[in-house]
Amino acid sequence: MELLSGGDMLVRALQDEGVDLIFGYPGGSALHIYDAIFRQKSIKHLLVRHEQGATHSADGYARATGKTGVVLVTSGPGATNAITGIATAYMDSIPMVVISGQVPSDKIGEDAFQETDMVGCSRPIVKHSFLVKNAEEIPEIVKKAFYIASTGRPGPVVIDVPKDITNPVDRFPYQYPDKLRMRSYTPAGKGHTGQIRKAVALLLSAKRPVIYAGGGVVQGDAADLLTELAQRLNYPVTNTLMGLGAYPGTDKRFLGMLGMHGTFEANTAMHHADVIFAVGARFDDRVTNTPSKFCPGAKVIHIDVDPASISKTITADVPIVGTVQSVLTEMLEMLKASKEMPDQSAIVDWWRQIDDWRERHGLYTAPRYRTDGDMIMPQEVISAVHQITKGDAYVTSDVGQHQMFAAQYYLFDKPRRWINSGGLGTMGFGLPAALGVKAAYPDAEVVCVTGEGSIQMCIQELSTATQYNLPVKILCLNNQALGMVKQWQEMQYEGRLSNSVYEDSLPDFIKLAEAYGHLGMKIEHRDELHGKLEEAFAIKDRTVFIDVYVDPAEHVYPMQVMPTGSMRDMWLSKTERT
Amino acid sequence: MRRIISVLMENEPGALSRVVGLFSQRGYNIESLTVAPTEDATLSRLTLTTIGDDHKIEKITKNLNKLIDVVKLVDLTEGSHIERELLLVKVRATGAQRDEVKRSVDIFRGQIVDVTSNMYTVQVSGTSEKLDAFLQALGEHTIMEVVRSGVSGIARGEKILSI
Repeated sequence: MELLSGGDMLVRALQDEGVDLIFGYPGGSALHIYDAIFRQKSIKHLLVRHEQGATHSADGYARATGKTGVVLVTSGPGATNAITGIATAYMDSIPMVVISGQVPSDKIGEDAFQETDMVGCSRPIVKHSFLVKNAEEIPEIVKKAFYIASTGRPGPVVIDVPKDITNPVDRFPYQYPDKLRMRSYTPAGKGHTGQIRKAVALLLSAKRPVIYAGGGVVQGDAADLLTELAQRLNYPVTNTLMGLGAYPGTDKRFLGMLGMHGTFEANTAMHHADVIFAVGARFDDRVTNTPSKFCPGAKVIHIDVDPASISKTITADVPIVGTVQSVLTEMLEMLKASKEMPDQSAIVDWWRQIDDWRERHGLYTAPRYRTDGDMIMPQEVISAVHQITKGDAYVTSDVGQHQMFAAQYYLFDKPRRWINSGGLGTMGFGLPAALGVKAAYPDAEVVCVTGEGSIQMCIQELSTATQYNLPVKILCLNNQALGMVKQWQEMQYEGRLSNSVYEDSLPDFIKLAEAYGHLGMKIEHRDELHGKLEEAFAIKDRTVFIDVYVDPAEHVYPMQVMPTGSMRDMWLSKTERT
Repeated sequence: MRRIISVLMENEPGALSRVVGLFSQRGYNIESLTVAPTEDATLSRLTLTTIGDDHKIEKITKNLNKLIDVVKLVDLTEGSHIERELLLVKVRATGAQRDEVKRSVDIFRGQIVDVTSNMYTVQVSGTSEKLDAFLQALGEHTIMEVVRSGVSGIARGEKILSI
């Protein structure tokens, strides 16, 4: 058997796991590993400018490709800087393996230079973690880490590696295990057939059904199955923020996103539904509004791979634990074999009702924003980009109003195209995530929708884009304030804008982009919006920072009435409420 | 309602902190906790008592099951079970009190395991309720120090928790 040092074993194990790309940042405790990376060819390493960027890039890569994102950082500050990105991946169930250097084993616990208890720090935000005690364990730990990260409900796994373990002198026999046996970890597979049969019967008996599909459908590669099922039954579909793209956004059965900034038709249909079919969604508080007032007349069918997500906030009448893919496959087989059909006249009436809601306040039946002023409206920027990119771009986003506008107006027809921090709501996510996507798909159009607030949280990654020639579009909806904070302050704090404005301190983003070697483009007038956007998107070989000055007074609507409203209680504009 | 949850988990460093962390992270209560290796050195048995309604206990057990180190668990309070806790207490015992304390110890089937001229050290085992009753019977003024082990439990009959 081949003899390898711990550092070489680690890198070899990553190769054997099929890893071709790592995002990371070196430092003392990780130097043996970095040397092992230098001495090989098959894994490419992208040097980021901040460890948070490494985790978000790996996260974006994972969301776009479905593969496990890999991060390498050093101990202490390297590890703690990665924490925000690990938490982001954890909340959105993204497969990620984070390897952190650690101080030498005999220094652990002595407050050594750049020591931090990474296993302890990351414990509440990882699916699992390992502290390597002996170099011989490395192959098995790596195998386990990838297996745990990518199966069941995916999530980040940390491998903390003390420096002495990777030293180049001591060598150990290396063999990568082909199989794993873990008695304490058996991710859910197929659903219970009896439950699935019950679900099919309930679904067929529905008079006012809504299919409510979340990130699990995207992550579980089940968008085609969901689409087939919805189209077969002719039932309306709404997607969560994480689920956008799980059902084609331009299909007539799509009601738009639901929840806090969901469409009027999606939220109202949910409220009046008699059967809610929740697929890979977790009844998040940003979806349900007040749980006790949630969809009073509805029976709930809930498919999830994670039993802990079922009946957590909303009790499921028909719970099904299993992968979305296997359960939907079984359901479709049963539906095809069944002679029963949905009550057609009830479904026709239901669609008539939904179409009426759409006509009255729907986001896609008429512009629900001002179209006559000089100001550029953020919604029309997203719509224009959707048109120019033919709805086929990878869109990453930061967090705030721009995120909601992108979610509402870039109608995603395919899964894995919408990449945003839904659960944790991490500002700074968008740019590094976009670079991760671009690194995976160099020929794809990748747009980072951001705001002048969020972009400054990881703006250093503009330098990474330069070094590795990752040309992305940065679409900054610049409203010169922390827009979503300001919106809440205007709605709930009598307009006291506590620390949500910058008092003329914003940088010149055009010059900043140019300083990093990119192109900058400013768009200030409504009549130049389309032309300049087309010009920007025609550029394929450079990163373009498009700074669009949008109406700073605009709010995101609909907005559910908090904290005591039901699904259907929404503000539709600054003055209009349901 | 009070529940006794018994967990079989990998005897690995960090496993205990994951279980305890889960409780603080999700706002669940731990009333008592006891943990030790089993006859199989790769497994530890952890028993904890907590208070919650059915919904909360369901959440707790589901989230415990999600931990990679947890192999199996059972809510002992769902069926008939045996529950034991060990109590060590130092009681001031001088003059007439010495007989009085000894009588209480006998009533509760405890043992005096150490003696000084002023003090008894008493050992009592049983359900937590029995130990509470014993402490109450002693009367607060004589108690100098109390140590309780936390609850251990096992199901009655043929039911076993093993892999």
